[in-house]
Amino acid sequence: MVDKRIVLLVEDNPDDEALTLRALKKNNILNEVIVARDGAEALEYLLGTNGKSGKIRLEQLAVVLLDLKLPKVNGLEVLRRVRADPRTKLLPIVVLTSSKDEKDLVSANDSGANSYVQESVEFADFVRAAGYLDLYWLVSNAPPPVTR
Amino acid sequence: MAFLGDASVKTKLILTSILSKGVALLVAGVVITSFDLMALREKLVRRMSIQADIVGANCVSALLFSDPKSAETTLAALKADPRIRAAGLYAADRRLFATYLQDPSGETSLLEDSLGETGQGHRLGNDRLVLWRSILFDQKMIGAVVIVSDLSEVGATMTRDVLVFACVLLVSLLIALAISSRLQRSISQPILDLAGVARRVTLEKDYSVRASGGSRDEIGSLVVAFNEMLEEIRQQEAELRAARDRLEQRVAERTAQLQVANKELEAFSYSVSHDLRAPLRSIEGFSRALMEDCADGLSESGRDSLQRIVGSTVKMGQLIDGLLNLSRVTRTEVRGRSVDLSSLAGEIWAELKDSERDRPVECVIAAGAIAEGDPALLRAVLQNLLGNAWKFTRKCTPARIEFGFAEESGERTYFVKDNGAGFDMSYADKLFGAFQRLHGQNEFPGIGIGLATVQRIVSRHGGRVWAIGAPDQGASVYFTLGRGGANGG
Repeated sequence: MVDKRIVLLVEDNPDDEALTLRALKKNNILNEVIVARDGAEALEYLLGTNGKSGKIRLEQLAVVLLDLKLPKVNGLEVLRRVRADPRTKLLPIVVLTSSKDEKDLVSANDSGANSYVQESVEFADFVRAAGYLDLYWLVSNAPPPVTR
Repeated sequence: MAFLGDASVKTKLILTSILSKGVALLVAGVVITSFDLMALREKLVRRMSIQADIVGANCVSALLFSDPKSAETTLAALKADPRIRAAGLYAADRRLFATYLQDPSGETSLLEDSLGETGQGHRLGNDRLVLWRSILFDQKMIGAVVIVSDLSEVGATMTRDVLVFACVLLVSLLIALAISSRLQRSISQPILDLAGVARRVTLEKDYSVRASGGSRDEIGSLVVAFNEMLEEIRQQEAELRAARDRLEQRVAERTAQLQVANKELEAFSYSVSHDLRAPLRSIEGFSRALMEDCADGLSESGRDSLQRIVGSTVKMGQLIDGLLNLSRVTRTEVRGRSVDLSSLAGEIWAELKDSERDRPVECVIAAGAIAEGDPALLRAVLQNLLGNAWKFTRKCTPARIEFGFAEESGERTYFVKDNGAGFDMSYADKLFGAFQRLHGQNEFPGIGIGLATVQRIVSRHGGRVWAIGAPDQGASVYFTLGRGGANGG
């Protein structure tokens, strides 16, 4: 089935961005992907600024792929603010972690991430993870459960 | 005055004063009284001699004319001296010629045998003095006079002397007692004060108190010396305290600096490892992309090069993971609780066995190795050690791995032994350094971080780790977990 919903990728590293996009494509996830280059931009997309609503219509959003290390506002802060807002409280968010420490951070802090994927040096792992994302979030018609 | 050893200074001073005065007075009294006695006796003898000479001269004619009546009249004149109790005039033939008795009814025996053999002399008895003198006429002895006088006057004088002396002694001792009582206060009071101050200093550790006492005598200088000593101690104590404070402050500063440096170092190694991953991910990712997308356009050697690039990035990723693990071991807090190392070893063993089911390896795990420590960290220790043993016994048949423990001089030592590749003991010191390897990558793959991690964990538990081995004879790694590491069982 074809899902027309949008994927928001929050990633400042252009290489990682390219590789992530490639991995998604490789796994036949052909949704539109919007890329935010830092935390502030991501928040602007999702929550908007100065009372205006975000640039993305939230009902069109399938999933947010969120890197933790970001300029301006870091990933955990983005996560916290998104979860604090009633509009985005239930938004599916997958955190891209680059190490075990970050994974621990995400799971220990009860940060509100629905899931996390370790961006492995071994690209194949990530491709696998991307495939898992596809199955879990995009193919499923049911609204995703929020694990908190 | 050894018998006064424990008596107070006050008593000693008073006794000393009184005894010395008493002895001096007593000696003086005895000497003076003795001299007095002798002088009195001599005076009496002299006086009686004169009386005898006078009586003798007055009785010459009476003797010559054998007129006892006139002789007795002459003798009766002796009545004037009450000390003379009797007198007698003897003729040349030693016959009693005339007598005088102070008490007429008294005994005449006083004069019997009283005449001495010599011409003149005297005899001192207990209560009387008998004195005799020859009477000469024309160089010829015509008779002799004997006077018996009473010594009671001497005795009375002596008694009076002794009484007076005793009174003087008593009065002067009383005065001495009064004076020395007053004087001793000026001696013992400052000493008591000094002792009080010394006690206070000892009890309260207050070196700022000072003993009072402004006198210029020996006690005054003792007080001054004591105060100087206190001042010296106070200064030294202050210096010591200052030095200790400085030292503590310096230790605190250094500790803070060290903590900062440590934190910086950890943050540095963490972010280095972290930031190194991003470009590595790119290299690896794009190499694979290249391989997938353009494999057909590449020569065999081109594909081989790409493969090697990917392999190296994987290896470098492992190195970075190792570094991160190592820094995590340093950063994480060690939580102490009871850990069953035997069952941990069993779990790890099962995992290892699952990873390569077709390897026949004999494993012996001693039961009951209960230790005190952080479960996650101790698990990492056993994982590394058993993992190493598993790895280095790959070429052995039969392979044998043992986990156990031994009690040695109150300290429990745990060990993991294998019969694998072993190592040369001359490299034993390199074994526990990060990224140190004793085997080639093609021989036994690895990144050289396991034993370094083990060492850090063990040292964070306050224990030691060491290894014994020989090439192709297997290796044994021993470790302790410091105080509280052994826990019964």
